[in-house]
Amino acid sequence: MIDTKYFFKGFKSIKGVGSPAIALGASFIAIGALLKNLGFSIQESIFSTFLTYALPGSLVMAESMLIGASLINIFIAVWLVNARLYPMTVALMPLLMHKNQPRWKYYLSCHFIAVSSWLIMKDNYENIEKENRIDFWIGIGTATWSVAIFATVIGFIASDFLNKDMLIGLAIVNPIYFICMMIGAMKTIQISASVILGAILGPAFYFISPEWCILFGGFIAGTIAYLLGEKNGN
Amino acid sequence: MATNIIIVIFVTSFATYLSRFLGVVSSEKIKETSKMFRWFNCLAYSTLAALIARIIIFPSGSLSEVDYSIRFIIVFLSIMVFYLTKKNLVYPTIFSAIILSIFSSYL
Repeated sequence: MIDTKYFFKGFKSIKGVGSPAIALGASFIAIGALLKNLGFSIQESIFSTFLTYALPGSLVMAESMLIGASLINIFIAVWLVNARLYPMTVALMPLLMHKNQPRWKYYLSCHFIAVSSWLIMKDNYENIEKENRIDFWIGIGTATWSVAIFATVIGFIASDFLNKDMLIGLAIVNPIYFICMMIGAMKTIQISASVILGAILGPAFYFISPEWCILFGGFIAGTIAYLLGEKNGN
Repeated sequence: MATNIIIVIFVTSFATYLSRFLGVVSSEKIKETSKMFRWFNCLAYSTLAALIARIIIFPSGSLSEVDYSIRFIIVFLSIMVFYLTKKNLVYPTIFSAIILSIFSSYL
């Protein structure tokens, strides 16, 4: 059903110099502590990371609950911040699709799409034959997802010992990891332009709409980068 | 609020899975060699960059308690560490956490 050779090859991506484990761990430790302070039980905290597994979404959920937002508002806020998962999925799944593989693997494993797992897969897919990529991906996804769940538990238990300065230290780790990974991914005109323009236009649109800035800024930046790349041979 | 937590978790995860699910549905029709795929690839990287830049420049939560000049210095130094360690991702992440904790406790 799942080729264990490729599954474990993917699973091992949490080791080594490119490991996302520390970045993921640090941010989900912070989430675990945050959920405890919000009044979640340990089971509910685990359940939340287990089912959502997307950091900005969990943060928005926590912020919305703090201000007592309605379920509809929580839905819209989370959908907006996680809508980036749509282009990410479309930019990943065609690389993994193979006629010999069952469809359910794709619909189930898309749950693993989050920034770190996505960047790791993008960095490694060329080394794996197309037919085996989905099993390799399920390995990466299972590994990163397990780290996130485990770190949520640690954060929940350790929340009483984490002071404000430590939480601030934990909060910077994930963005730094993502920035370094994105810089490492800037190998073509299109990707380099996407990253640079996105980083400028995203915050610029914040002045117009804090809720929509990521989608608007990202859409315009990505489209300009695409056109630039097409004109100059990608 | 306690009785609602499970419902909130379901709503959050549904709102998140929706984009992933629709992404797979669209992927069934998009070839990896097509222009459409290249466009979506750009959109994915640019929205990610937009999100990360927003977290650094307009943070919510604990990062907002740190002055923005300190945040920029940390980002700059961490990128330097990334290059100095031949693109190792572990060192800059650990470095950033320690430096920021020190900065925020002593400044």
